Amino acid sequence: MQTLDLADIELREMNATLHAQAETTNQTAWEIVNPKGAHAIACGIDAPIEVTVKGSTGYYCAGMNKQATINIKGSAGPGVAENMMSGKVIIDGDASQYAGATGHGGLLVIKGNASSRCGISMKGIDIVVHGNIGHMSAFMAQSGNLVVCGDAGDALGDSLYEARLFVRGSVKSLGADCVEKEMRPEHLELLAELLEQAEADAKPEEFKRYGSARELYTFKIDNAY
Amino acid sequence: MCGIVGLFLKDKALEPQLGALLTKMLITMTDRGPDSAGLAIYSNNSDAKSKIVVQSDTPKIEFEGLEKALSAELDAPVSVKIADTHAILTVPANKLQGARMAIAAVNPSLRIMSRGDALEIYKEVGLPKDVAARFEIDQMSGSHGIGHTRMATESAVTTMGAHPFNTGDDQCLVHNGSLSNHASLRRKLRREDIHIETENDTEVGAAYLTWQMKNGATLGEALQSSLDDLDGFFTFVVGTKDGFGVVRDPIACKPAVMAETDQYVAFGSEYRALVDLPGIETARVWEPEPATVYFWSHTDQPTEEKAA
Repeated sequence: MQTLDLADIELREMNATLHAQAETTNQTAWEIVNPKGAHAIACGIDAPIEVTVKGSTGYYCAGMNKQATINIKGSAGPGVAENMMSGKVIIDGDASQYAGATGHGGLLVIKGNASSRCGISMKGIDIVVHGNIGHMSAFMAQSGNLVVCGDAGDALGDSLYEARLFVRGSVKSLGADCVEKEMRPEHLELLAELLEQAEADAKPEEFKRYGSARELYTFKIDNAY
Repeated sequence: MCGIVGLFLKDKALEPQLGALLTKMLITMTDRGPDSAGLAIYSNNSDAKSKIVVQSDTPKIEFEGLEKALSAELDAPVSVKIADTHAILTVPANKLQGARMAIAAVNPSLRIMSRGDALEIYKEVGLPKDVAARFEIDQMSGSHGIGHTRMATESAVTTMGAHPFNTGDDQCLVHNGSLSNHASLRRKLRREDIHIETENDTEVGAAYLTWQMKNGATLGEALQSSLDDLDGFFTFVVGTKDGFGVVRDPIACKPAVMAETDQYVAFGSEYRALVDLPGIETARVWEPEPATVYFWSHTDQPTEEKAA
């Protein structure tokens, strides 16, 4: 286990050290101590390493992640795992607004609650939230899966494209063009797999599925140039 | 951007450290706004006396003889304590309302930063560390306080454009965000005889609360109606004689984190503002909900009022 202490080294040195890890590195386990809410911790990693952050983080932790598994042993500030490409990010506590925004791939697990705009404009990432999510989540979500074991706030899935939303609890309100859809066997199968990967104690049958009604302007072929 | 911090102490043993804790929190928020900084400190030393804080860009000249002139004008004993560009005037509590006119009569160029029984506002252009040092905020004790560091977007970088804004006796407001309808609202409030000094959007927000309360609303009701009448982005923290309140607009894109322990309730624009508070590792940390008015008070049980 390699330890990087933010009380001793600068943020840039820490990130540069992690960026220097190649695909074939032998140093696969890293620990970051004294994060104290700093911004951009463990951003832009592209190596199959495991990083544990011992505490809470500020803006944009684990942004643009590729391959790495990053575990935050606290809560995460705004924009955690923003634009993630692959790998896995696990937050033991809560996540602030726009968690997993624009993510292209990989799995984001939030064991507490997520705030507003969770999964906004997601483009293929899978997000599993053990608790609740805030308003305007999955706004303009394009693809991927958002799984919520608790409740969803106002305007869920507004102007949604092809992303699938699964919510176990209540939905305060659905956004424009977002509707409840039937849960088919392939959805239950997908959900079971995601819940298992996220270590979430919930049964697929307890969820409802939501998706795009495809009624907005952009979906009408006559509006194409 | 702008950075906000707030600290409401439940444990009296922490009171001597209020200024030091708030100063450290505000300095951590420096990179959210380096233009100007301000702090509101609440400490009630005597119910028989009230405080007015005035500011001058030429304190050496303008504070000279102020004590004598003001005592004569007000026909009551006034004591003056000078702290850099600010002077804290202590007057008998029953003379507070007349003091404003007396100050204007003695020297109309003095700017009033705050008035009330417990409240003192200190604010200037500059970095939080420099502003706090000029007034030795870290030496101050008190029951609660609010700090703000400003990144100006809507109006000039001046002392009067800095936060906190005094909204009424013992009340103040700080703001992260920007109000879009401040020009029309300013015209409306001026027609209602509400004094608005600058072109600053937050001052209009503060004046709006003053106007609402003048018409009989409680601070909680005024904050509630601000959700309907103010257009734009805001996270507000308000200070009152007994406590502080927090409200965010319904979109809630301006950040806010709160922490609570048996000793205090703390507010920060970011979590890192809170990391040096005692017992933060085991504190309850959460984000205030959008469009929800929160209050903590020394006199009442903590209340949370949900927006309609």
